[in-house]
Amino acid sequence: MTPDLNSHPRLAPGCRLNEKTKQPRTLLMPERALRLSGPSLEIIERCDGKRTVQQIVTELQSIYSKADPGKVEQDILGYLALLRDQRALDFS
Amino acid sequence: MTTPTSNPLALIAELTHRCPLHCVYCSNPLELQSRTAEVDTLIWSRVFREAGELGVLQTDFTGGEPLTRPDLAELIRAARAAGLYVNLITSGLPLDETRLASLIDAGLDHVQLSFQGSREDTAYEISGTKSHAHKLRVLEWLKPHRVAVTLNFVIHRRNIDQIEEMLALAESSNATRVEFANVQYYGWAFANRENLLPTREQLTRSIELLKRAEERLRGKIRVEFVVPDYYAKFPKACMGGWGRKLLLIAPNGEALPCHAARVIPGMLFDNVKDRGLRDIWEKSTAFRRFRGEDWMQEPCRSCDRRAQDFGGCRCQAFLLTGDASATDPVCSLSPLRSKVDAILAEINTPPTSEISGKPGWLYRPNPV
Repeated sequence: MTPDLNSHPRLAPGCRLNEKTKQPRTLLMPERALRLSGPSLEIIERCDGKRTVQQIVTELQSIYSKADPGKVEQDILGYLALLRDQRALDFS
Repeated sequence: MTTPTSNPLALIAELTHRCPLHCVYCSNPLELQSRTAEVDTLIWSRVFREAGELGVLQTDFTGGEPLTRPDLAELIRAARAAGLYVNLITSGLPLDETRLASLIDAGLDHVQLSFQGSREDTAYEISGTKSHAHKLRVLEWLKPHRVAVTLNFVIHRRNIDQIEEMLALAESSNATRVEFANVQYYGWAFANRENLLPTREQLTRSIELLKRAEERLRGKIRVEFVVPDYYAKFPKACMGGWGRKLLLIAPNGEALPCHAARVIPGMLFDNVKDRGLRDIWEKSTAFRRFRGEDWMQEPCRSCDRRAQDFGGCRCQAFLLTGDASATDPVCSLSPLRSKVDAILAEINTPPTSEISGKPGWLYRPNPV
């Protein structure tokens, strides 16, 4: 199911970024770790419970202004759905 | 090649072998370590620091029962200070609401609460302790806190028919992850194996149920299940490979590549009291013994799957064949697969295959 553009994604309880600055940025959750870089990191950093999915899409479309905006939106929605299914994100 | 290709990702901190439960499926070694042998807070704190520096991302606080450590909150703080994500693998006993709050306050990221069944009578039979009602209370206490919660149901022949009840229990909690973990046969589980292995029919039914539940709960609860590898076609990639992803520190400070490694004869373990963690990871003989592919026999040695499952589990190979370098005999390509088939044949033949009364269990004691 595609995430609602008006919903507010937020990292689920017990899901967070690593703290050590020496290590690459990683999303940590129960018994799992996802290395983040570039777009994936930019998406996760914006999952603060305040921004809507639409706002995240718009912000990334302007960062990646050379990419096809439709594809950017598709990729973001796919990534958010994946993280929701991993239970790393809650949507309110 | 015996030097590691990468750093470990997880540290299993086996803090103690003390435990208020006596589960017949416990994977701790039969020789449980006494309280007096336990490594102290200061040493664990240094180990966490070294783990963080080595690139470890997560630590599992386990045992025995980690809640029996009076310094648990301090250990959590130390692990967090070292930059580690902290998982608590626990039975929920002994615990009260206040202590739970203080552990979460100390920086606990994730609580994985074990369940021995969906009912008090099953839980009592399997754990030898009246623990089930308390665990339900712990679930309630967890609700107002911002911490990840997993329910871990340990599955075997005596409770595999309770999966629907277990799912209902999970859905009534605020767990976002539920694991149905079929017993793996090490330690006490190995001793009780003939009463724990499910029948083929039970297993097939459970897999169907869980696949449906996984779909139904997608986006709400992450459903994970591990089938008993005796029934599999290929072995598990045990620990992600020997000395590749994980290291375990036993209560007395010995560093092991996995929780069962003591069964393999001739193993010499280094101790964190004497040696730094990086040194152990890179140079310890125990860690080097089955790292890479040089130790492999045929068919593993030239098998296309060897980089995927690493020939399966060394400890299981030893337990079932007497040779720790042999192909894990659960593998369909193992020349000794018939040993596993014989075990399964017994399980799947009456009278064993028919539901019966309480078997004669070997209960795990609490070490002094």
